[in-house]
Amino acid sequence: MFYHGKGEDPLKSKNNSFTLDATDFKILQALQEDARKTYTEIGRLLGIAHSTVYDRIRKLEKHGIIKKYTTIIDPEKTGNKNVIAIMTVYTDPKESEKVAEKLCQAPQVLEVYSSLSEELQIIAKVIAENQESLHEFIAHSVAPLPGVLRIRTSIVTKKFKETHFPMVNDPVKANTYKKNT
Amino acid sequence: MKTESPPKILRTVPREKAFYFFTSIGNYTGIHASSLKEFMEKIGEVNVKSLEFHLYRGDFEKWINEVLEDKELATEIENLRNLKYSGDMLKEHLYSIVAKHYERASSTF
Repeated sequence: MFYHGKGEDPLKSKNNSFTLDATDFKILQALQEDARKTYTEIGRLLGIAHSTVYDRIRKLEKHGIIKKYTTIIDPEKTGNKNVIAIMTVYTDPKESEKVAEKLCQAPQVLEVYSSLSEELQIIAKVIAENQESLHEFIAHSVAPLPGVLRIRTSIVTKKFKETHFPMVNDPVKANTYKKNT
Repeated sequence: MKTESPPKILRTVPREKAFYFFTSIGNYTGIHASSLKEFMEKIGEVNVKSLEFHLYRGDFEKWINEVLEDKELATEIENLRNLKYSGDMLKEHLYSIVAKHYERASSTF
């Protein structure tokens, strides 16, 4: 994943020895919109040769900037009635890394973050078949982990927005890209 | 007459088999009990909401039956559930049942 620092122009950012230029960003943005776009379609969109698009995408893959291509499924339309919850685990700072690592290993856990407010917290997005299996998982697999002080869980009732890491952090810049392409 | 080894109900269980007190689905209080003695002590300590949550789900009797392996106490707690107590009344009755059982088990050891 590519990150850029505070106040840094994303176009000049570096990821180890690899420098992304404006064309790379536009290619990434095009792929984020639709990863099934062909090299020719992207080339036409950006006004460059499809061979250039191919070379650049290979380079982005090789450097791990493009991590993988996947499919986004709308669970509601599949008839899936799974329960999604946001779990905040308050931890002993000495054990928090281990708690996070353990959570990462659980198939029920979709995302794991750490956060430092008044106390150290591990925040995780959890999926379960129903509320009972969610509770079973938390009671038997999370609460007993060494260093877990207490847990707060909120079950998601409605999703208003879900998006993925935008190519340009500043949404205004992202819109400018769109207008220019 | 005292027995040679303590009854199963008095043993301390590993943390993965301990009882973890929640107040609702997924909300862990940070309080847990690894033995009947600790369980008795924590009843007095934990928020009564947690006791209501677990009693009416049948969690206490399940843990006592499956982990501490004491059917008699599990049945007594099941009977308490049927009385539909809540608040401090529930806390007092639950504590009293567990304490009596603990004292009886301890005195035979």
